[in-house]
Amino acid sequence: MILDLIRIALRALARNKVRSALTMLGIIIGVASVIAMVSLGQGAQQQVQSQIAGMGTNLLVVMAGSQKSGGFRGGLGTSTTLTPEDVEAVLREAPAVAAATPTVSTAVPLVFGNQNWTTRAEGANAGYLSIRARAVASGEFFTETDVRTAARVAVIGQTVANQLFPGLNPVGQIIRVRNLPFRVVGVLVAKGQSQFGQDQDDTLVMPYTTVMKKLLATTYIPSASFSAVSASATNEAQKEITGILRRRHNIRPGQDDDFTVRNLTDVAETAEQASKVMTMLLGGIAAVSLLVGGIGIMNIMLVSVTERTREIGIRMAVGARSRHVQYQFLIESVVLGLTGGLLGILIGVGASFVLSRVFQWPQLISTTAVFGSAVFSMAIGVFFGYYPARKAAGLDPIEALRFE
Amino acid sequence: MSAEAKPVIELANVHKIYDTGAIRVHALRGVSLRVDRGEFVAIMGASGSGKSTLMNLIGCLDHPTRGAYHLDGIDVSQLSKDHRADIRNRKIGFVFQGFNLLSRTSAIENVELPLIYAGVPVTERHRRSRQALAAVGLAQKENSHPNQLSGGQQQRVAIARALVNHPSLLLADEPTGNLDSRTSVEIMELFQLLNRNTGNTVVLVTHEPDIAQFAKRIVVMKDGRVILDQPVRQRRDARVELASSLYEKPLEVTLS
Repeated sequence: MILDLIRIALRALARNKVRSALTMLGIIIGVASVIAMVSLGQGAQQQVQSQIAGMGTNLLVVMAGSQKSGGFRGGLGTSTTLTPEDVEAVLREAPAVAAATPTVSTAVPLVFGNQNWTTRAEGANAGYLSIRARAVASGEFFTETDVRTAARVAVIGQTVANQLFPGLNPVGQIIRVRNLPFRVVGVLVAKGQSQFGQDQDDTLVMPYTTVMKKLLATTYIPSASFSAVSASATNEAQKEITGILRRRHNIRPGQDDDFTVRNLTDVAETAEQASKVMTMLLGGIAAVSLLVGGIGIMNIMLVSVTERTREIGIRMAVGARSRHVQYQFLIESVVLGLTGGLLGILIGVGASFVLSRVFQWPQLISTTAVFGSAVFSMAIGVFFGYYPARKAAGLDPIEALRFE
Repeated sequence: MSAEAKPVIELANVHKIYDTGAIRVHALRGVSLRVDRGEFVAIMGASGSGKSTLMNLIGCLDHPTRGAYHLDGIDVSQLSKDHRADIRNRKIGFVFQGFNLLSRTSAIENVELPLIYAGVPVTERHRRSRQALAAVGLAQKENSHPNQLSGGQQQRVAIARALVNHPSLLLADEPTGNLDSRTSVEIMELFQLLNRNTGNTVVLVTHEPDIAQFAKRIVVMKDGRVILDQPVRQRRDARVELASSLYEKPLEVTLS
């Protein structure tokens, strides 16, 4: 019986092809725009996330505090209290911290043959790559031994490689850094601009011990980078780092820290939250068009019921029960909704594919949006078809047969 | 009482009052009527006589306000809408003045409509529908749509639809109202044939006295009451009349 009712409904829709297609168009546009908009929003979200992840994995940055002499306060990083031993202590004692490196940098002139270039020399330990989410393109990174011995080795960024070694393989070459000979052991994979517009490839990484002893002759460090064990552990890590540093620096309760911990996950969360709101907003606007499509179905179904009053009368006269008539019309509207939904999914997926190409964003088809729209368009068919179907089922066969 | 002896229709003092709030119309004022199996009854009356109301009641499209109605021994006077639909499906075959076929639907699909709602499986449905179409002489037209058929042919499809469920009662409401005189006689020939050969009980509602003459018994309604109920004296025989060239053969029009 239900198969017969489905067949009858399909037949009726096929008889009015243009009308059925136009009715479905509302749902098609609605579903397609929901999928395209949500995919677009999620692509943007992913983009933001990957940019933030590119800054380093679960990164926390500790800056040494300002130095106070009398009433005068220097800038961040001028205090002399932060040391490489602090960093080691944190790594040893804080369970939420996975990796740590002292960071110290200074601007240096570089010379190779008749080429010269000025860049920033960054001092770090061998954990630099994992903490900063970077990789070596050729050669290798310096080792813990190099750090211990303050070896004169350097890993250069792509920009430096291009400036000093046009057309040459930099690995194994000797360059002069402030007139000291350094061996280039590796080249970093290019990373492009940071979110703040800085060229992340215009750099020279060497053991922090080398920077401190050979270039700056200092015993303290201005900053250090830490990597939490997971994104959710960053707040825990921040607490642990603060506790350990306060204890090591003999800061009494009530006294201000002589350092600052910056949690980049906070920044990431804010950015992610913003793009999530954007996604919901876009999806919400698209959902309104889906609703309008549903009202279109109801409108056409009401017209259809009126037009086919006599048919309903005939069906009732030969023995159709009210619910048979109701199901017949309900199936029609569900078929309209579902077919429109499926076509809308195809178009929506296609559109988000094109959009992701245009914006060069990762292509993300939200399965939630796809399944959600399929179910929702069917629900729209039921919801907006219910009233017209009830109206059809409630007709009096005598009146319906008399209808002209 | 055996099933054979039960009357097909038994109305006992039936009243029907339409109460629309402002006006109360007493359409039937105590109608009693008994129709036995194999009868061919014509119900006549002017418009407003209550014959349409009576037909709607007999056809289980409506229920009486007062009084009892037994169809095939079943009390159907106070059944629900859905139960009346089931009774119509199993017991009654309708033939209407305006044919009431589904447009853009083939003859055979029109015929099998009652079987769909009876839950008959597809193959059985097709077999019985073909049989019914053959019985009304339209075996060749099963895939034709109503707009490809003449008025007489359309009415034959409607009769096939009425017969397909082997109903206890064929209920025809002005079946010749939209047909020319020769085609009318042809349709009446079919009813007489069904009544005589297969023993179908036929109730015919008409306002044309000469059409009523094809029945075996005439019931005349006036002001909601039966004022006359008698056998037809000079009964017309459609087959004889058609053979006697009383009616000119229509122009041969081939519809494809």
